[in-house]
Amino acid sequence: MSAVPTLELRDLEVAYTVRGIDREVLRSVSLSIAPGEAYGLVGESGCGKSTAAFAAMRYLPRNGKITGGSILFEGKNVTDLSDDDVSALRRSAISMVYQNPATALNPTIRVGDQVAEVFQLSGVSKLDSFAMAQEALVKVQIADPAQVMRRYAHQLSGGMAQRVVIAMALASNPRLLVMDEPTTGLDATVEAEVLDLVRDLRRETGTAVLFISHNLGVIRHMCDRVGVLYAGALVEQGATAELFNNPSHPYTVGLLRCIPRGGLHKSTDRLDTIPGTPPALGLHFDGCVYAERCALADDKCRTQLPQMVTISESHVARCFRSDKAGSLPHLVEQVDFAPQSADKATHVGELLLEISHLSKVFTQDGNKVRVINDVSLTLGVGETLGLVGESGSGKTTIAKLLLGLVSPEEGGVVTLDGKGLAKTLNRRDVHDVGSMQIVFQNPDQALNRRHSVTRIVSRAVERLRSFNVKDSINRAHELLSGMRVDATLHSARPVQLSGGLKQRVAISRAFAGSPQIVVCDEPTSALDVSVQAAILNLLVDLQKQDGVSFIFISHDLGVVRYISDRIAVLYLGRVVEFGTSQRVFNGPFHPYTEALLSSVPNIDGSIRKRIPLTGVVPSPSNPPSGCVLNPRCPRKAGSGYEKLCETEEPNLTEVEPGHFMRCHIPVAKLKQLQN
Amino acid sequence: MSDKKLSALAEKSNAERKQIRSERMQLVLRNKTFLVGASMLGFWVIMAIFGNLIAPRGAGDQDFEFVSVGPSLKYWFGTDANGQDVLSRVILGTRLIVVMSFTATALGTIAGTALGLAAGYFKGKFDMIVMRLIEAISAIPVLIIALLAIAALEGRSPTLTVIVIGFVFTPNIGRTVRAAVLGESELEYVAAARLRTERTPHILFREILPNVLPPIIVEFTVRLGYAIFAIATLSFLGAGVEYGSPNWGTQIAENWGSIYSNVWWATAFPALAIASLAVSVNLISDSLLEVFEI
Repeated sequence: MSAVPTLELRDLEVAYTVRGIDREVLRSVSLSIAPGEAYGLVGESGCGKSTAAFAAMRYLPRNGKITGGSILFEGKNVTDLSDDDVSALRRSAISMVYQNPATALNPTIRVGDQVAEVFQLSGVSKLDSFAMAQEALVKVQIADPAQVMRRYAHQLSGGMAQRVVIAMALASNPRLLVMDEPTTGLDATVEAEVLDLVRDLRRETGTAVLFISHNLGVIRHMCDRVGVLYAGALVEQGATAELFNNPSHPYTVGLLRCIPRGGLHKSTDRLDTIPGTPPALGLHFDGCVYAERCALADDKCRTQLPQMVTISESHVARCFRSDKAGSLPHLVEQVDFAPQSADKATHVGELLLEISHLSKVFTQDGNKVRVINDVSLTLGVGETLGLVGESGSGKTTIAKLLLGLVSPEEGGVVTLDGKGLAKTLNRRDVHDVGSMQIVFQNPDQALNRRHSVTRIVSRAVERLRSFNVKDSINRAHELLSGMRVDATLHSARPVQLSGGLKQRVAISRAFAGSPQIVVCDEPTSALDVSVQAAILNLLVDLQKQDGVSFIFISHDLGVVRYISDRIAVLYLGRVVEFGTSQRVFNGPFHPYTEALLSSVPNIDGSIRKRIPLTGVVPSPSNPPSGCVLNPRCPRKAGSGYEKLCETEEPNLTEVEPGHFMRCHIPVAKLKQLQN
Repeated sequence: MSDKKLSALAEKSNAERKQIRSERMQLVLRNKTFLVGASMLGFWVIMAIFGNLIAPRGAGDQDFEFVSVGPSLKYWFGTDANGQDVLSRVILGTRLIVVMSFTATALGTIAGTALGLAAGYFKGKFDMIVMRLIEAISAIPVLIIALLAIAALEGRSPTLTVIVIGFVFTPNIGRTVRAAVLGESELEYVAAARLRTERTPHILFREILPNVLPPIIVEFTVRLGYAIFAIATLSFLGAGVEYGSPNWGTQIAENWGSIYSNVWWATAFPALAIASLAVSVNLISDSLLEVFEI
């Protein structure tokens, strides 16, 4: 390590002008990144992570400005550099990889031209630049670069597009690479591949990396050192392993405790939450920025600004009480919900919902695409069924089929409580509609932004329970306070609520008609981890008190494992594995499940052997013959069943009591391969 | 979370809402474009309401000692060839054009909104038919349709003009609303409404409509500017309103010939009035676009 850091922020302060007033977003942030080092910035949304990245690039939005401190690049002050000099710097020394690769590429220019352009900017001739572009694509492990170069951005998969963006970022041989949530929009298996690639490239090129993510597991795997941002202030910083093993700021401790990690299950463990919400943009603090939400805070914390305290040689925390952070009291929040039909709770486990032979074919550009293929599942009273799979596996379509928002093909039957449901919503009666409800992924879109909280819930009660207006408002208020939405917020519009509160309103609405089943479609994926924990606790409590059943859709395996009793793993519209939560997570695994599980970066830092899935998800309009997984299957080669896998589609068979798999390889053989 | 903390949070959020609202008001009030536009429009609205109290002379009053006399202390805007006070006729002409343009635009907005909502929500064949009709109508220039309609119906009443202009504006509004509804109807709150057995009219008017209001408001102000010009032009061509009534377009039509004998004031002041009314509306729509970042 040389003495001069690649990037150094000294007491950096940044403000955004919003509605005519300056608001502080970075509060005296100091950090430095040594050459070749990977530095991770974590924190919840709105804490200033991206602002720090953009400031390092000198690329703040138009309403942003640096109000204090300085940015040093290789010892040179670049805070007040002219625009031209900054451009030169970006051309030659600093590059950035953005969160959404689909929007980072120009949709009207061929991929090859875009990559080549980067080389042309540094003075390479047009002819040479294409050869260099092709080389760059090889470096990011793109299989057929010549062919990829002729494509447009929309013809690339998410992972492929992100590789192209990384290739462009590395084209200038940068000394600093800023990565802002580079894998957030990607599926777990693709994320794992991109992270592997970044790690390999870093080893090869020795580029310093500023890595920004909200995902603590990813940060733990990728970075040498970590900084934790809260409300624009750096509250803790240290070597990765040390910070994760001995978190010394109450915020870091809280964040780590919120995450449903390996082995936790709703039946035995409750998740911790962090009370309150992050402060509004630009609020001024006399004391510690976190005091308001900190269970350890005393008067000193509220009135005096804490300085960085040295925990060890490579670990500092901005806290007066860092020695006590480890003993932060556990915070557990209870809901208080008055069920309308108490009889449900008494039949826990009895068969409630039966889905048999559900299929759905969409017509796309004249082609028939079978997105759901012969799915059969069951769900008991008071149970949670987790649906897991990567994007395009048909999770959400199954939810829509169940709810009647789209109608299944002939032969598919949904039976609820012994009664066959009509195929479409319009033909179901009020009782059936109220019995099955949904909590959508994105509460911003699922709540009408022009209606008040009360109205959103009371209208649902009015329609589904045939209450009069006054009674439905009363019931709505009962529901809302049960979900811990305070009475003072009843007249608020959704836009005034935080993400977690919005989701509580959405859950209240789903419970308006006393449902037997609530479909939760990624209900926490738009939320920060501390809020996610509170919402998961709420759902678990509702289930215990009301006996409701959930169908829980998520791509986050930790969350699904925590909340589900049974899990169905989907691939290309088919159920490939179905069984109790324990069976599915403890093995023997279906080869696809195995690959999926191995791709999740673990927060406890344990290294699990990655079982890679080769290639990309095939298009459902043209699925592979035989087993749909066979071209990518990590266990096919050498199993002795290759021929069968390629020619015949396996059936979903019971391999152990209560454990179903769609695989030709016998379970004993899988077990042996997996140990 | 303790109740105390929660209610503190709620108070914070209510205070925040008020804060945001007052900051936004500040921004509107500090916006010079808005201030200029609003004060000009405010001036004309006052003229429209209280015109007959403010105007120094009656619409038909003639002063034969002052015929085609230039601006003076007695007649600020001069008099026309009939010895009528130009200032009074401009003031008294305000009400008709303001009322007509507002009603015509409102009519077009209501019809266009209903069509756009239905087309954007139902999609498919219905959408296709409505859109083709809309395209057919908007292919013909506004004034030609208006003149044809007025000639065919042999009427020359403000009511007919208002209806014709409202009809001609329907396609533009309809298209704007449809575009907004197409995106909006894909949002999950619409599915949520269906999942509580809401009927289609409720979904259209109570769920979707409030969310597409901002573009409708902007389109309304833009159309209002056009309506002012269209009505002035039609009256200039003698097709808009009855003869004799004080009206800016008619005023210009009656007097523009005398420009060649240097009697510019009888034409210039009503023309300025039309321009300033149209500009005031456009300034307001510009500033709303800016502040609400639509």
